[in-house]
Amino acid sequence: MANLATWGNELYTGKRSYPFVGKRKLWFAIAGVLVLLSILVPVVKGGFNLGIDFRGGSEFTVSSVEKTDVTVGEQAVLAIAADHHPSVTNIAPNTMRIQTDKLTDDQSLEVAQALASAYGVTASEVTSTFVGPTWGADVSKQALIGLIVFVVLVALLMAAYFRTWKMSLAAIIGLLAVVIITAGIYGLSGFEVTPSAVIGFLTILSYSLYDTVVVFDKIRENTAGFADQHKRNFEELVNLGINQTLVRSINTSVVAVLPVASILFIGSYLLGAGTLKDLSLALFIGIIVGTLATIFIQAPLYAWLRHKDADVVAHNKKIELVRQEA
Amino acid sequence: MSTTGPIKQARKSLLWLGVIFLISAAILVTGVLNGKTTFAPKLALDLEGGTQMILAPRVQGGATATQEQLDQAVEIIRDRVDGSGVSEAEITTQSGRNVVVSMPGVPDARTRQLIQASANMEFRPVIIAGGFEAVPEDQRTPAADLPEPTEKPKNASDTNWITPELFKQFEAYDCPAELGKGADTVHDPSKPMISCEPDTGAKYILGPVEVPGANIADSYSEMARSQQGAVTGQWAVNLVFNEEGKKQFADVTQRLVSLPGSQNQFAIVLDGTVISAPTTNSVIGDGRAQITGNFTEESAKALADQLKFGALPISFEIQSDQRISATLGADQLKSGLIAGLIGLILVGIYSLFQYRALGFVTIVSLLVSGVLTYMALVLLGWSMNYRLSLAGVAGLIVAIGLIADSFIVYFERIRDELRDGRPLPSAVEMGWKRAKRTILAAKAVNILAAVVLYIVAVGNVKGFAFTLGLTAIIDIIVVYLFTHPVLQLLARTKFFGEGHRFSGLDPSLLGVVPLYQGAGKIRSFSTEADAARGKKNASAAKEAERRQTIAERRQAASHGVATKQDDSADKDSSNG
Repeated sequence: MANLATWGNELYTGKRSYPFVGKRKLWFAIAGVLVLLSILVPVVKGGFNLGIDFRGGSEFTVSSVEKTDVTVGEQAVLAIAADHHPSVTNIAPNTMRIQTDKLTDDQSLEVAQALASAYGVTASEVTSTFVGPTWGADVSKQALIGLIVFVVLVALLMAAYFRTWKMSLAAIIGLLAVVIITAGIYGLSGFEVTPSAVIGFLTILSYSLYDTVVVFDKIRENTAGFADQHKRNFEELVNLGINQTLVRSINTSVVAVLPVASILFIGSYLLGAGTLKDLSLALFIGIIVGTLATIFIQAPLYAWLRHKDADVVAHNKKIELVRQEA
Repeated sequence: MSTTGPIKQARKSLLWLGVIFLISAAILVTGVLNGKTTFAPKLALDLEGGTQMILAPRVQGGATATQEQLDQAVEIIRDRVDGSGVSEAEITTQSGRNVVVSMPGVPDARTRQLIQASANMEFRPVIIAGGFEAVPEDQRTPAADLPEPTEKPKNASDTNWITPELFKQFEAYDCPAELGKGADTVHDPSKPMISCEPDTGAKYILGPVEVPGANIADSYSEMARSQQGAVTGQWAVNLVFNEEGKKQFADVTQRLVSLPGSQNQFAIVLDGTVISAPTTNSVIGDGRAQITGNFTEESAKALADQLKFGALPISFEIQSDQRISATLGADQLKSGLIAGLIGLILVGIYSLFQYRALGFVTIVSLLVSGVLTYMALVLLGWSMNYRLSLAGVAGLIVAIGLIADSFIVYFERIRDELRDGRPLPSAVEMGWKRAKRTILAAKAVNILAAVVLYIVAVGNVKGFAFTLGLTAIIDIIVVYLFTHPVLQLLARTKFFGEGHRFSGLDPSLLGVVPLYQGAGKIRSFSTEADAARGKKNASAAKEAERRQTIAERRQAASHGVATKQDDSADKDSSNG
């Protein structure tokens, strides 16, 4: 692809440059608004659409169904547990999902039998899941612990690798924005929040930081010994680094998103709900948001965190003098 | 030109990869030939169908269970499940908090109840002992001769507990059959019961509970000592009671020590089954009892553990219970594989689109990673009983993108070096030097995330974290031992080295000095490289000056010159 290559060249040489750092106030404002909305929207909408794992209850999946009739399933459940409000959905071709309140063990076995005969399949085609009400909370608690442990460890790792805590700080702040915005999109769209989705969020952290590390590595390289040259100031060097890695950022996120998108597609069309779909949905949104955040939030934030450093200030003055002379 | 260095290195790396591959394959094939494993990775229940229950232990008093208690709980549940006749059940602890019971098929209601029931230990005195099997019908005591209680029982060992019904039941009680059904844990502690001792093959009528298991403070095994303190060479199990148990036990031994025959024994009952029924040799007033007998080191420890942990009233609450139909599992596996294939093809197409022939390097590298991952999964399934779950499959698919990412990071670095005017072989070396750092740092983040996820994850997510971490490690191996050496070798080929327009590394497309100096005259990169090494080629230097590169910045810095930014446009790549 000649055009993208040429574009890449121009970005690399600095001939073409996008003001990622220069317009940081704009990006930060947009990010701020998005974060705020992401917090407000779920609150206004009355919380997230929590899956059965968080509410507790029983769920049945009937495969190889020939006639996907909803009422058949409802009647089968009501015949055994009259007051258990079944919700029956056709989640995928030939697959029905039936959710009820918590059933007792015996009821659960009976309902599975009843559903099998109602839909004319063998008992082995019925999958049943019972989830205690504390299960989802347990998963969330663990996820939160995971989040904190991971953030602390990765902050230390990055600070050690880049030898500046400011890169680490910028990466982490951006990361939190990514998680909040992704959660916001989830809340807005009304997608069901399941433990798999929660874990998807944790995986986003990993991808988002992976991307940030790659871009920051270029920035580190560009800004190493920045005080010894008089062509570009610190901010411009950071911006150059973002531009130089832009093609790579686009390519890696496309490549990362493609398999996730294929899981999402297959998951939604062939399997309906479940681990695969929930996980890939969170990842799909997260990878895109994560890539954008590196470019628009994390890298500019690093430049801003450094802008009052004595060496940067002194260097800026020098550059100004040189430029006035020229 | 120092071509031998990198090429030698590249060959060595590829050789190493070959060695790793051959060793894994050899182990695998040997395993399959010996029937120890199959060529397919082991599948978890959600792909194979079956039942998975996640149980949270509930310790009396609201305390959380320790890992030791959990391990013991696993033992207790395993005994119960095995006893109920379910084969191939897997019972494990998870994240130091939960117990996971996985089994093929659907367990019956009784097994399910058993799994959840709390471990119940109690001490009951023996009233009557008998043979393990049921007494043959023709030899049973006639109705007229059945023991009849004459008065209210005075103590737990009193034969007045035995009613004619109980005695009839006792004679008809068939231990092998009853134990096969699994333990029925509901016994009234204030009433007598019938129980069996599988180890010795005895059957008892036991009196009401005299010391509840909760009153055991500790239990441990050690070599027994004689009164003089010399080691007798026999193993013994020591019991330590708490204050309440001490008193209760003193009372029991006081009474039992003088009783005749079997009535001298007290039975230790766990979940309705007698695990030991020692005879009483003396009154034990200090709450420290020692059980001796034909113990081996192992059996003594096993009994001590049973006493110690069986006494802990842990019950289980079902957190999640999944019964997955085999059809759904197979469907999900199929869909997962289709999704993975589509993902792989899409990544392949995009790589070819972006990197032309270099895209093939990505594709082949992905295939090599795929083969290594597959072998790792089978070998881990064999050695560690690792089972691939649906979430694990998801992790593998997501990994396709993450693995391809590291190739992109590398290729872009090579392109950057080409843009700086380096010939391909040295661009590959320099690009690698820089990309290596970035890839390792970025992969460290991935691996860290996978490890954290694996440790904290509950449920199926562990499988996801596992494959994510595994593939990150395999990715590093492949980049080091395959992708980089292959590029080192390819850099020497005419097609890539001269930057064919389909190679993905066409220098003219990357804004480097055109290769064509005149009609039909091709300047080869190797002479260019030699020239560049000796003395900077004039045009290259001029070209470099126009661009804002690291090399240039350093050069500019060393000369102390400051030139205006963006002073010239890039040379049109199409001219020449």
